[in-house]
Amino acid sequence: MYEIVVAINVGIFVVLAMSINIITGYAGQPTLGHAAFFGIGAYTSAVLSGAFGLSFWVSFPLAGIIAGLVGMMLGLASLRVQEDFLAITTIGINFVVVAIFQYVPLFGASLGLSVPRPTFFGQDFGNVHFLVLVVGLILFTYFVNRRLENSWLGMALGGIRNNEMAAAALGIDVNKFKIIAFILGTFLAGLAGSVYAHFMGFIMSNDFAFLTSVTILSMAVIGGLGTIRGPIFGALLLGLAPEVFRFVSDYRMLVYGGLLVLMMRFQSQGLVGDDSYLWNMITRKKSWFSASTKG
Amino acid sequence: MFLQQLINGIVIGSVYALTAMGATLVYGIMRILDINNAGAYALGAYVGLLTYNATGSLLLTFIVGMLLTGLYGVLVQKLLYVPMLDKSPNVSLIASIGLFIFLSDLIRMVAGPSIKGFHAEVPFSSIYTESLNINGAWILIIVTTFLLLAVLWFLLNKTKIGLAWKATAQDLETAKAMGVNVNMMVALNYLLGYGFAAAAGIMVGILYSSVFPTMGDVPAYKMLAIIVLGGLGSPVGTVIAAMVIGLAETLIGGYIGFFLPRDAIAFVVLIIILLFRPQGLISKN
Repeated sequence: MYEIVVAINVGIFVVLAMSINIITGYAGQPTLGHAAFFGIGAYTSAVLSGAFGLSFWVSFPLAGIIAGLVGMMLGLASLRVQEDFLAITTIGINFVVVAIFQYVPLFGASLGLSVPRPTFFGQDFGNVHFLVLVVGLILFTYFVNRRLENSWLGMALGGIRNNEMAAAALGIDVNKFKIIAFILGTFLAGLAGSVYAHFMGFIMSNDFAFLTSVTILSMAVIGGLGTIRGPIFGALLLGLAPEVFRFVSDYRMLVYGGLLVLMMRFQSQGLVGDDSYLWNMITRKKSWFSASTKG
Repeated sequence: MFLQQLINGIVIGSVYALTAMGATLVYGIMRILDINNAGAYALGAYVGLLTYNATGSLLLTFIVGMLLTGLYGVLVQKLLYVPMLDKSPNVSLIASIGLFIFLSDLIRMVAGPSIKGFHAEVPFSSIYTESLNINGAWILIIVTTFLLLAVLWFLLNKTKIGLAWKATAQDLETAKAMGVNVNMMVALNYLLGYGFAAAAGIMVGILYSSVFPTMGDVPAYKMLAIIVLGGLGSPVGTVIAAMVIGLAETLIGGYIGFFLPRDAIAFVVLIIILLFRPQGLISKN
């Protein structure tokens, strides 16, 4: 079923967009290298289950943990290297990680790496199983985002985003929360990478290049950073766009680039972000509706 | 052999310096990481090639290429970047990436996806000796870069425009209050910045005798590494950083050998240096 394949692919990007939202949306740290962690998860899982013959159910969590560990190092670096410097450093990390995938023989070098299909009680995974897995992962990521938004941690992260100095002055351990945000965000990206690798059955270093990072960040920003609905909406929109705009496939990049420019120019808070045109319209309608039922 | 590698490194460093200078000038005043500078680089190369094929004059090639691309920059800042000044840096960064993707694809559609030859006659003859091998195009690159950087240095340090540029770079609002025509400075900034990128694109086109729509891809990222390394917004730092990266690439590639591809070296150098000096090689403070 073609629709299931599309749904799984888009679902993976929903997870990625929600995971970058933790780092860039909640903690306010710019990152343009998220695809590197997606890739670290994918390659970890591919090597563990391929070369070392481990079961998918072991390599899947390990993919997240390894990506999270590397993410923790980036978090530590972000304490020293900040703002625009940090944004460029994350681009650099993306390039170096892709170069390593491309040149180290263990990672298949330029030939890519084929990944075995997972099994579940001796039965090979089918596309439906993958869909269930992706939906589960989306729910888990949603739950993490939700917890973050409502918890003391979420308040602290909001404080960091709005004013790091003020947050620190109020006794919030800014550094600790930043690192936690990096660990969580990259951990989730690593899990998504593992699912992607096993679903595709074959991965290449190019799948995780800088352009993928741009796509992930664009999804979160176009939907609306710092909200949960925003990244989900953005990932669905940009993920389904290639299917919808198939008839203009020759101009796909032109349309994509042009959309990014127009969005940033006229609706930079995201399509359904707080205080966006669309969201205001939806919420206004709701309040009008509740007012009319009351009366 | 060492001298040869050194000259290679300086030639590559010169190209990097010009490419990154545009982004540095823009960042200096606007605090925007303008990836679309690499779009200007490709656009300049194409405009230059068209001019060269039409006139056969290298001087006109540079003038027309730089001027038209510079005007494109003025247009872009007016319509896109200035209205974004008070928004988060993520916004302008993503807009510039979008514009870069858009422009690259537009060039592909208009000029075709294939590589186009750029066979220019260079006014310098090549030097060949037993141990040394210097291409005429290399001399052109070093001379042009030196001339353009000298003009920029003069403009920034010896004229009223330069004073106004520095004032605007330090504090846009205060400069405005002191009567500096800030709009004019920003426009001029883009004219110069995109013009420099165009010159770099033309030179690379001549150096490799070819232009193609995606030629801006690698400079787009490397340029960022260089301006960050140079301390973000410091023209002098940018030249130094460009030379460091150019030499690192040729010397590490030529002598030690590196397990990673050449284009990754810039970022390895960047990450290592930033961990020790998070403010870049030359800091404004």
